[in-house]
Amino acid sequence: MALTGEYLGMAVAIDDVDEANQAFYTHCGSGTLHLQACRACDLMRYPTTTACPWCSAPEHEWRPVSGKGTIYSYCEVHHAIQPVFRPFLPYQILLVQLDEQVGKPGEHDGLRVTGNLVTAAGELAPPPLVRAVGIGTRVRVVLKDIGGGMALPQWTVDEAAEQPATPWRYPQE
Amino acid sequence: MTPRSSDIDATASKHLRGRYAIVGVGETAYTRGSGTTTRVLGTTAVRRAAADAGLALADIDGMLSYNGNDSVPSTAIAGDLGMRLNFYMDCHGGGSSTEALVGIAIGVIEAGLCKTVAIFRAMNGYSQLRIGGTGRGSGRSALSGDALFGRAFGQASAAQSFAPSFMRHMYEYGTTPEQVAHVKAIHSEHASNNPKAYYRQRVTVADVLASRMICKPLHLLDCCVETDNGNCIIVTSLERAKDCRHTPAVVLGVVGRCSKPRMDNYHQSGPISTVAGAYAKDILWPNAGVGPEDIQATGAYDAFTFTTLLQLEDYGFCKKGEGGDYVSSGIMRLGGARPNNTSGGHLCEGYTHGIAMVIENVRQLRHDVDDSCPIGADGKRRHTCDYAEGGCRQVKDVSLTANLGWATPGIGSALVLARGD
Repeated sequence: MALTGEYLGMAVAIDDVDEANQAFYTHCGSGTLHLQACRACDLMRYPTTTACPWCSAPEHEWRPVSGKGTIYSYCEVHHAIQPVFRPFLPYQILLVQLDEQVGKPGEHDGLRVTGNLVTAAGELAPPPLVRAVGIGTRVRVVLKDIGGGMALPQWTVDEAAEQPATPWRYPQE
Repeated sequence: MTPRSSDIDATASKHLRGRYAIVGVGETAYTRGSGTTTRVLGTTAVRRAAADAGLALADIDGMLSYNGNDSVPSTAIAGDLGMRLNFYMDCHGGGSSTEALVGIAIGVIEAGLCKTVAIFRAMNGYSQLRIGGTGRGSGRSALSGDALFGRAFGQASAAQSFAPSFMRHMYEYGTTPEQVAHVKAIHSEHASNNPKAYYRQRVTVADVLASRMICKPLHLLDCCVETDNGNCIIVTSLERAKDCRHTPAVVLGVVGRCSKPRMDNYHQSGPISTVAGAYAKDILWPNAGVGPEDIQATGAYDAFTFTTLLQLEDYGFCKKGEGGDYVSSGIMRLGGARPNNTSGGHLCEGYTHGIAMVIENVRQLRHDVDDSCPIGADGKRRHTCDYAEGGCRQVKDVSLTANLGWATPGIGSALVLARGD
């Protein structure tokens, strides 16, 4: 058996033996982004893993996070290789550094979550919005319903946050 | 805790330094539509490499290959060529496999499993399965497991997966699109002197910047060319190498599939603008007994312009953050102090996951690179070292090269070769 859903016409199927990923997406479906936190060293991790990447301990619990962060890096896709993304070009793939656990365990480490830039309603961002963000932009999570009680964590500009005067953008624009 | 660079104990068996060599190289034409199977490409490459080495196929009793479910196993190649093997292994992998497999070949010969190993890679990387999982033969399955953290976000290709590391390098160090574009422009100059290169047309920095955006910061011309091709190299002991046709390319040191922490995800272990070379260098240079300053030609993997830059930086060819200055300084150009990818590399010659860059350096070390210079009565080219378009691409008197193989930002391999005079 599997949890099944659909996103942009792509079938989603998470097998029942894949407990960690089922938990990740059903927590999102319930309305709050959760990450695995190690019961031994207390550090969280992303994406899902079967043991702690920092101390190797197997036991974890699911911990809610604020769903707020900063764009740490990004790339902007102008040529889609997956046909379902063609109507949304250019789309942005974000690396969002969550506010939790910055600089842990190493100085340059952090919880860097992959997602797309979307509107507040969870639709892939239109070009004016894509052009408005860059490294340093403050974002918040948008949990996009994909059916089966699951949601996909995506990111939009955090209207309530203080934003940098000019987020860093790729220079040739 | 996860080990950091300074914790790595680089105490590999240095007594093997200089004891093994690459003695044969062979390849098929670079095409976009080979019109044949990877099995034919593989057998052709192995046969040509054996002939190049002056070995009978029966002299080769070991075989290694790598694939991404897009190739042909050693069993098929050996069977087709009537070779009875004492050892073989087919590995899953793409870039950075070649250098690692040279290390494995040395290990299995040293362990007495076999005497001479053919390493091959055959792929219809354009006409069949394409990198990123498109093309003929690619399946479309439901998103599950790891795919949910990538393909669900339209992050499927190597460009889409690696680009956040490249963008962060620009942000942290002020690396410019113009600097990076020099990699393509220089490799295109080299390719114009390589009759077997798929793209032999020279391009300029302006051409790169004017080409359409694929995945910012990567323009079309920042990305390598997909081709169909088979390649093979042959590794054996230095004693046996002395009976082969050519001056051997002697292996001084190898580091294989060395990784950053969290190789399951490129972007968790920071800084993400630092790549596996930062760890691999601490094994490579002590093993080889030389340093980057001694190297006269490099083969820094150019799946993208950026991969060349990041690796040269992290293996210590320049200071961290100064890769943009290095690649745009002219040092990497033929005639410069340390040319890179004199074949034109993946950006211009063709794409076979790094093995062709090793082949190029083997030919360079023989002082017999296959350009358009006239061939003398002894069958060797009379190299002019005039690097004008359509001319020579032999690096004058080169005796020491390094290949820097890239799998992902977090995984790399490298190989130092010396001319075996």
